Amino acid sequence: MYSVRNWLISGVVMLALVSAPTIGRGANVPDSINIDPLAKLYEKVKFNHAKHISLIKDCAECHHHTTGTQVQEKNCVRCHKNSEAKKTVACRSCHAATPFSAEVLRAKESDRWLYHQDKPGLKGAYHQSCIGCHEKGKGPTGCKECHALTKAGEELYRTGEFAPRPAPGSGKHGGH
Amino acid sequence: MKRRDFLKACMMCGAATSLGISNKAWGAGSFEGYPDGMGVLVDLTRCVGCRSCEAACNKEQNLPAPQVPFDDKSVFEEKRRPTEAAYTVVNKFDDKQGGGPVYRKVQCNHCNEPACLTSCFVNAYTKTKEGAVIYNPKICVGCRNCMIACPFNVPGYSYSSAFNPVVKKCIFCYDTRLKNGKPPACVEICPQEVLTFGHRNELIKVGHERIRETPDKYVDHIYGEKEVGGTGWLYLSGVTFDRVGFDTTLGNDPIISNVKEFLGTVPMVLSIWPALFTGFHLLSTRNKDHSDHGDSHSEQEDPKP
Repeated sequence: MYSVRNWLISGVVMLALVSAPTIGRGANVPDSINIDPLAKLYEKVKFNHAKHISLIKDCAECHHHTTGTQVQEKNCVRCHKNSEAKKTVACRSCHAATPFSAEVLRAKESDRWLYHQDKPGLKGAYHQSCIGCHEKGKGPTGCKECHALTKAGEELYRTGEFAPRPAPGSGKHGGH
Repeated sequence: MKRRDFLKACMMCGAATSLGISNKAWGAGSFEGYPDGMGVLVDLTRCVGCRSCEAACNKEQNLPAPQVPFDDKSVFEEKRRPTEAAYTVVNKFDDKQGGGPVYRKVQCNHCNEPACLTSCFVNAYTKTKEGAVIYNPKICVGCRNCMIACPFNVPGYSYSSAFNPVVKKCIFCYDTRLKNGKPPACVEICPQEVLTFGHRNELIKVGHERIRETPDKYVDHIYGEKEVGGTGWLYLSGVTFDRVGFDTTLGNDPIISNVKEFLGTVPMVLSIWPALFTGFHLLSTRNKDHSDHGDSHSEQEDPKP
């Protein structure tokens, strides 16, 4: 059975392998993005990029200062008022998939001049950005509304066919 | 015993005790954790109560199957505490002060000066240089002193074991992860990055920085920075800590400070009391002898074998 570490690593590798569309400056913007770093536990999330663009319009809302549009956050404006568009704007190009590995911690702590000491990892960035916005708007906020569990996921969460047997008398099958 | 001998003995005991008291600075509560000790900064404003940490902990620590699935939210109906079968639990607090329910993960806080370690008379507990408070179940005699000593009510007890019940608690995934420089399983699975893993010293800076950058979002306090001498797990909250199940009356002194002075008196009691009460006894018998037998007293006492 895979350990949590294994599924995370394999998830990251899968993300790297899956040909994620390159996002260019206005040119090559993908309509749909498959988010699957956690594909071991969850079915991949088919992110409707086009729909989010039409809803939010402001790229900086999710992509911060990387797309060349003006950031609104007060803290960001201090340094990124005139930041140019970056070559790559994908979440994973800045947010580490393993933010707490010894290597990442070492690199972060050895660079005393690094301002972004508290940058969330990829998973944290996704969820904080998505849920933060979904709670304000009409987006789904329940775990399963975005993530269908795989068999390995059901086993980890002891749900579905791996659900604990109910107490005697409350039915033959449980958890389905 | 002559009256003079008794007084002499009392004075000697007194002198010995006062020497002992002057040395009681040992074990002072000034230990602020190992310099490279790791910790976890828990940001309650981020938690959505998904219970993934509970699931990951269960798997990592090979704990028994839960009674309900880990995606079952009905567990939030009551406030839970860690047990032998669940080293971490998430509780829900319906506090509208912060604009919605607040979830709080409970597990061992891995104190700098652990009360459990202090209370353990068989020395089963260890505070590792990585910051984990671990214990050796082979040494544990199951006395449950640590359960009473812990200011956070963390250690669970394997009541289910009839023959070898021992204490069970979160060990920061020390054996499988922390000692290899990896974050604990709960940190790794947390989708919201509620849990930030790093050196405790750095996490305190990160915590204060979050408060400074978004002062409207947080209470200006990191729970665990100073409480009971500092804990490895630190907490940020958007609502006052007492409203989400934290004991805010613990103070900043390590628990050992509560008993240090008392323990200092133990040698004194052990050395003075026998002499003192023997003295009282002898004096009272002497007086009794004196009144009963008048001038025959010296004859009665002296020929003792």
